[in-house]
Amino acid sequence: MQQQTLAELKKGESATIESISDSFVSQKLMEMGVVPGELVVLEKIAPLGDPIAISISGYTLSLRKSEAATVLVSKN
Amino acid sequence: MLYSFTDLNSSSPKNKITVAFAGNPNSGKSTLFNLFTGLKQSTGNFPGVTVDKKTGTAHLYNEATKKLVELDCIDLPGIYSLQPNTEDEKVSADVLLNNNDIDIVLIVADATNLRRNLFLATQIIDIGKQCVLALNMIDLVEQGGMQININLLAEKLGVPVLPISARNSKGIEKIKKALLTTISAPVTKFISDKNGEMQAENILRYKLIDKLIENVITEKQILPSEKIAKRLDKILTHKFWGYFIFLFVLALIFQSVFILAEYPMVWIENLFLWAGNKFAEILPEGKLSDLFINGIWAGLSGVVVFVPQIAFLFLFIGILEDTGYMARVIFIMDKLMRKFGLNGKSVIPLISGMACAVPAIMSARTIGNKKERLITILVTPLMSCSARLPVFTLLISMIIPATSKVGFFNLQGLTLMALYLLGFGAALIAALFLKLLLKTTDKSFFILELPIYRAPQWKSIAINIIDKVKVFVVDAGKVILAVSVILWALSSFAPGSRFEELEKKYDQTQNDDSAATKLAAEKLEASYAGILGKIIEPTIAPLGFDWKIGIALVTSFAAREVFVGTMATIYSVGDEANTLSIREKMLNEKRANGAALYSVATCLSLMVFYVFAMQCMSTLAVVYRETKSWKWPLIQFVYMSILAYAASFITYTIFN
Repeated sequence: MQQQTLAELKKGESATIESISDSFVSQKLMEMGVVPGELVVLEKIAPLGDPIAISISGYTLSLRKSEAATVLVSKN
Repeated sequence: MLYSFTDLNSSSPKNKITVAFAGNPNSGKSTLFNLFTGLKQSTGNFPGVTVDKKTGTAHLYNEATKKLVELDCIDLPGIYSLQPNTEDEKVSADVLLNNNDIDIVLIVADATNLRRNLFLATQIIDIGKQCVLALNMIDLVEQGGMQININLLAEKLGVPVLPISARNSKGIEKIKKALLTTISAPVTKFISDKNGEMQAENILRYKLIDKLIENVITEKQILPSEKIAKRLDKILTHKFWGYFIFLFVLALIFQSVFILAEYPMVWIENLFLWAGNKFAEILPEGKLSDLFINGIWAGLSGVVVFVPQIAFLFLFIGILEDTGYMARVIFIMDKLMRKFGLNGKSVIPLISGMACAVPAIMSARTIGNKKERLITILVTPLMSCSARLPVFTLLISMIIPATSKVGFFNLQGLTLMALYLLGFGAALIAALFLKLLLKTTDKSFFILELPIYRAPQWKSIAINIIDKVKVFVVDAGKVILAVSVILWALSSFAPGSRFEELEKKYDQTQNDDSAATKLAAEKLEASYAGILGKIIEPTIAPLGFDWKIGIALVTSFAAREVFVGTMATIYSVGDEANTLSIREKMLNEKRANGAALYSVATCLSLMVFYVFAMQCMSTLAVVYRETKSWKWPLIQFVYMSILAYAASFITYTIFN
C-alpha cells in the first residue's frame, strides 16, 4: 500500500481516501461524500490538465488539483 | 398511510402551513417547488443579504378537516450541509436553524445518490423540526435495477419518506398529503452532541448513514443515465471537440439571439410607435401630454424592446444549465479562465453579460472564490450588452453601406463582431490586471458536481426567464424611465425666458416647416440639456464629439440605450412632419467648418467609447448590492471611464 495525494493519481486509477489535511476544504469535500475510507476513481482530467473529475460515492465530482492535493489516498 | 405518527392528529387545525424546500443542488428541489407553486411565485431577497428568496403559495384540500389549506412555500438555495460555504448556503442554513415560522421542512433528496443526500437530510432531521423526505428521481433508480426499501428507511429515519419523480410529476399528491398530516417532529437524533470536532462529526455521520442504508438500498449499480453521461463526457470534455463544440454552441446562441429576437423587437417598437401616435391624437396638446408621450412612453418602449433578446439568451443559458452541459463547460474552461484571474464558473456571467449585466452579475454568486467572483463582477459590464446594440447598429449604418462585403461576409456584421470581440478582449485584460492588483487572503474552492445529462425542463426554464426579465424590467426599467423623464424635462425647459424670446423671434418670420425645425433646434440649444452639453463640450472635443453628442453621453450615463432616443429627441424635437430618419439627419449634421460631424473617425470613436464606458446606473446599483460596498462600483466606474476616454481619444486621433 502506497500513500499519495489525490492530485497525483493517474487517469483511471482508484484509491481509498485516507485523510484530508486542509480543514476548510475538508468540510466542503466531506459533505460531498469525500470521506476517509471511501473508494475513489480518477475519471477525467480537464484538457488543460486541471481541474480533475473523480467518481466517488456513486457520482462525479470535479475539483481543482490544488484542492485534490490536500486529500491523502492509498492506492489499492 | 404507513406511518403511525402521521395519523395521530390528522385534524390539524392549521389552515396555513409554511414549508421550506431544502436539498442538495441538482436534487430536483426547484422542479418540485415549481410543481407546487407554478407561476404563483415571486423572487425577493432574504433580509440583509443578496440571496434570492423564492416564495410561492399552493392550496391543498384537507380531506380530514374539509378545509382548504394554504401552503406557503420557500425554495431555499441548494446546500450540501448545514455548514455553509457560500452566501447562498448561509441563508439556507440560517433559515433552517433559526426561522421559527417554518412549520415543516420538505427535504428533497436525489435517490440515485442516496448516501450523499442523507448527509444533509440527517442534519436537518437533527434540528428537530417536522420533516418529510421526498426521494426524487425514483424512476432512474428503478431503471437501473436498484431497490430502495422505503418503509424501512422511513422507520429508521423517523420521518415520512415518499418516492417521487418530480420531472414526471409522480408522487406529488402523496407529498401534499404528508405535508398536511405530519405534525409531530422526529424523535430520532443522529448526532445530538454538537460540541465535537467537525471532521470527526462528519466521519461519524457517514458511519451512521452507512448503518442506516444497510438493507435499505441494494448495491449501487451504474445507471443507464450514468453510462450515457460517460460517453457524452468523452466528447464534450475532449481536448479538441470539447472547445470546438462550445464555440459552436456559442455561435449558434448568438446567431439565434440576434436573428430570432429581431422580429419581436420590431413588433414591440412598432406597437409602441403606433400607440404613441394614437396617444398624440387623443390627448390634448400640452406639457403633460408631451411628458407622457415623449418622456414616459418613449422610455418604456426603450425598456420593453430588450425583453426578447434577454428572454432568448436566458432560454439558451437555461437549456445549457438544465441539461448538465454547463457544468462540463465550467470543467474545461476553468484553467483557461483562471489564467485571467477568473473562474470556470465565470463563463455564465460573461455570456449572460451579452444580454444584460444586471442578471449576469447576480449569477456570479455561485463562484465560491471571493477574488474570482469580484473580478468577474468588475469585468462583466465590458461584455457588450444588448443595450449597446442599437447604438452600434445606428453608428455602423452611418459609416458602412449595407452592401459592403469582405469576401463572403457583410462588412457591417464584421464590424459589429469586432466591437463584441473588443469588449471581450478588454474584459480579459482588465481581469488580468485586477488579478495582479487585488489581494485576498480568503480561502476558496472550486468543487463542483458533474450531474448526469438530462432533457431540459421547459417549465423551470420558462419560470427562470420570467424571473430574469422581471429583474431587468424592474431594475433597469426604473432607471431608464426616470432618465427619460429627466431628459425630457432638461430639453423642454430653459432658464429664464429664453424659450419665449426664441418663440417671439420666429413668430415674426413666416410660419413654415423649416422655421419650426430651426426653432426646435435653437430651443434645444437654449434648454438645460443644451447648457449641460455645452459645459462638457471642451472635455469631449478631443474625442471628436460636439455638445449634442455630449447631451447623449450625459443621458447615456444612466443607461446606454437612451443614446438613440436622445438622438431622436435632439434631431427631431418639434418636427412632427419629419420623414428623414435619425440616421439621415445625423449624416446631414455639419461642424462649424462645414465638415460632416459624423465622420468615420467620430463614429468609430463614439462606438469605442460605448464599448468601454460604464454607462449603466442599474449595473452600478447591482454591483453595490452584490459587493455591499460603494468602493467597487466606484472603482469600476473610474477604470471603465478612463479606459473609454483613452480608447476613444486614440481612435479619433488615428482616424481623423
